[in-house]
Amino acid sequence: MLRRHILKRIAGAGAGLALAALPGLSAPALAQETVKIGLVLPMTGASASTGRQIEAAARLYMSQNGNKVAGKTIELIVKDDTGAADQTKRLATELIVNDKVAVIAGFGLTPLALAVGPVATQAKVPAVIMAAGTSMIVERSPFFVRTSFTLPQNTTPMAEWSAKNGIKKVVTLVSDYGPGLDAEKAFKAKFEADGGEVLAQLRAPLMNPEFAAFLQRAKDLKPDALFLFVPSGQGASLMKQVNERELAKAGIKIIGTGDVTDDDQINGMGDALIGMITSHNYSAAHDSPENKAFVAAFLKANNNMRPNFMAVGGYDGMHLIYKALEKTSGATDGAKLVEAMKGMAWTSPRGPMSIDPQTRDVVQNVYIREVKKVDGQLWNVEFATIANVKDNTHPTK
Amino acid sequence: MTDQTISTKPSPEAIAARSVLLGRARWGWPEIAFWAIAVALYFLMPTKLMLLSEIAILGLLALSIDLVLGFAGIVTLGQGAFFGIGAYTAGLLARYGMGEAPWSDPLLGLLISGGVAAALGFVTSFLVLRGSDLTRLMVTLGVALIVEELVNQMKWLTGGSDGLQGVMPSAVMGVWEFDLYGKTAYVYSLTVLFVLFVIARRIVKSPFGLSLLAIKGNPLRTRAIGMPVNGRLVLIYTIAAFYAGVAGGLVAQTTQFASPDYVAFHRSADALLMLVFGGAGHLYGGLIGSVIFRVMQDVLGNITPQYWQFWLGMMLVLLVLFIRGGIIGLLMKMRGRIMRNRGPSA
Repeated sequence: MLRRHILKRIAGAGAGLALAALPGLSAPALAQETVKIGLVLPMTGASASTGRQIEAAARLYMSQNGNKVAGKTIELIVKDDTGAADQTKRLATELIVNDKVAVIAGFGLTPLALAVGPVATQAKVPAVIMAAGTSMIVERSPFFVRTSFTLPQNTTPMAEWSAKNGIKKVVTLVSDYGPGLDAEKAFKAKFEADGGEVLAQLRAPLMNPEFAAFLQRAKDLKPDALFLFVPSGQGASLMKQVNERELAKAGIKIIGTGDVTDDDQINGMGDALIGMITSHNYSAAHDSPENKAFVAAFLKANNNMRPNFMAVGGYDGMHLIYKALEKTSGATDGAKLVEAMKGMAWTSPRGPMSIDPQTRDVVQNVYIREVKKVDGQLWNVEFATIANVKDNTHPTK
Repeated sequence: MTDQTISTKPSPEAIAARSVLLGRARWGWPEIAFWAIAVALYFLMPTKLMLLSEIAILGLLALSIDLVLGFAGIVTLGQGAFFGIGAYTAGLLARYGMGEAPWSDPLLGLLISGGVAAALGFVTSFLVLRGSDLTRLMVTLGVALIVEELVNQMKWLTGGSDGLQGVMPSAVMGVWEFDLYGKTAYVYSLTVLFVLFVIARRIVKSPFGLSLLAIKGNPLRTRAIGMPVNGRLVLIYTIAAFYAGVAGGLVAQTTQFASPDYVAFHRSADALLMLVFGGAGHLYGGLIGSVIFRVMQDVLGNITPQYWQFWLGMMLVLLVLFIRGGIIGLLMKMRGRIMRNRGPSA
C-alpha cells in the first residue's frame, strides 16, 4: 500500500513537471478533442515486414473511416522499436507519459508484447496486440486485448485435419520461442488425441536460423508429414531450404500454420509450394465482399504490397479501438475502454470475429488452405472452415 | 656519496613527472560543464528521462570499450557478452529476490553483476592476449556468441527468446522506487556512471594508465623495458568487463527486463560505433558518442520510423570521412586553433 502511495506521488509529481514544461501542449481543450493512439512496431530489423504491414493497414483503416470518432479527432503516432524489447517498453512508456495516448497498440513479437505488460497495467492503458501470438500474453495484464491470433488457435485445426486425412506420423519443426512452443504443444496434444504419432519435435533458433540440419533430421525419420512454424518474415528462407532438401520427393507432405506461407512473401517462394496445406485465421484470398474490398484498397494504397495476417490484425485492431471509443462516447478511461472491447463482435476481412469477454483474446474462424496458383500468382486458397475457434489453453477461472 | 643524499629526496625528474601526472589529472572547465549539463537535463527534459537514462547506460558501456580499445588498444566486438551477463545477473537477483532485501537491492545487484562479468572477463582475457587485432576481434565476438546462445538455451533460468520477465528491483537505498517516468532511473544511472567515470579517470591518468598507452603504442618495446604487458592487459580487460557488467545490471534494473537482445552482436557493434563516433581514447568519447547516436536515432525515428537507419548511416559515414578522431578530435582541433590565435601569452 505504502509503495503504491509513493509511486502515485512520484507519478503525480512527474505529470506536474511534464505539464509545467510543456504549457503549449497541455491546453485542456486540445487534450479533450484529440484521442491519440500509439503504435509501437518493429519498422526496421528482422521483423520490419510486420511493422510495415500493420502501419499500412492502420493508416488504411483511418483513411477509410475518417479520423473522427464520437466527436474526437484520432491521431496515430508510430514508433519504431527495432524489434528490441527494451525499446518497445521505453517507447510505450514515453507514449503514455509524454504523449498521453489513450491506447497503445502494435507489438510485433511475443517478447515485445510481454515487456509492455507491466507498463499497461501500471498506467491503466489498453494495449491492443495486433501481431504477437503466444497464448499467455493476454494473461499477463488485464489491459491486453488481442486482435491477431494465437498459435494454439491456428494449430489445433491443422492437427485435426491431418489426423482425418491419412497422416499417421508427423515431425514438427518450430522456432524456439513462445509461439513456436505453443504451436508444437498444441499440435502434439490434438494429433495424439486423434490417434496420430509425433516422431520428433525439432526446434530451430529464433535468430539467424539455419534449417538444413533440422530438415535433414526430419527427412531421415521418414514421417508422413512435416509440420512447420516460423514467425512472419522467415517463411521464405525456410521454404527455400525445404525445397532444396526435396522432402516432397521423399514422400513427406509439408503442412504448417499460415505463418509459413505468409501472403507478403508467398509469391517469392516458388511453385514448389503448390499443394502445401496450412491452417490459419487469414488468407488474402478469403472469399468475402469485405475482404475483396480490403485487399483491393490495400494493394492500391501500398504499391501492390499484398496484405497478410499482420495487416488484418492491425486493421481489426484499429476497428476495435474505434468501436470501443464509440461505445464509451469518446471517454478514454482505460478500464472503460477495455470493458467496451470485451465481447465486441464484427465482420472483419478475415470473416466473423469477436473478443472473448473472459480472456480478452480473439475468437475467430480458422481456415484450412491449400497453396494454389491463380492468375499467375500463388495464393492460400481456403477449402474448409472451422467456425469460432477459441484458444482453449487459457486457464479457466 | 651524493647518490645517497639524492635518493632521500625526490629527484627533479620525479618531481617533473609528478607535476605532469597531476596536471593531467586536473579537472578542466569543459569537463565540469559536461556533468553540470547532465544534471541540469533532469530538470530541463522531464519527459525524456527514460531516454536519458538509456543514454547514460550506453555511455557506460562505451566507456568500458574505451578502456580496452582507446587506452590499451585491444579491439573488441564482445563487450556485449559482459553487458548481457550483467543484465541477466541483476535481472535474476531482482526477480528471485522477490522485492526482499538484500538480494533485490539494486546497488548490491550492480556490484554482483559487475563481479560476475569481471570474472568472465578475467577468464576470457587470456584468450584475448593471444594473437593480433583480427584474432582478438574474432575471439571477443566468439565469446559473445557463446554467451548469447547460452542465454537462449537456458530457458528455465533466462526465459529464452521471450526474455526475463518479472524483474522487480527494490527501491534504491530503500527510498527511491523505480517509476514510470524514469526519474529514479536517470538519477541512479547518472550517479553510477559518474562514480565509475571518476574511477576510470583516475585509472587512466595514473602511471598504470600511462603504461597502457605505452603498450598500445608498441607492445614489444614496452615488454623490452621490463613492463609486465600481459598482466596489465588482463587487469584492464577485467576492469572493463566489470564496467560493462555494471552497465548491463543498470539496464536490467531500470527497464525491469532482460532479453537475449542485450547480448546480441549489434549491442557490441553499436557501442563500438558510438565510441569511434565520439572519439576513442578520451573517456568522454563514448559518452558524447552515445548521446549523439541515441538523440539522432530518437529524432530521426520520429520523423521517419521506417528509414531512420539510412540517415543515421549517412551521417556516420560523413562524420568519419571528414572529422578524424570523432567529435572529441574535432573539439580539440578547434580549441587548438583558438589557443594559437590568442598567441603564446594565453
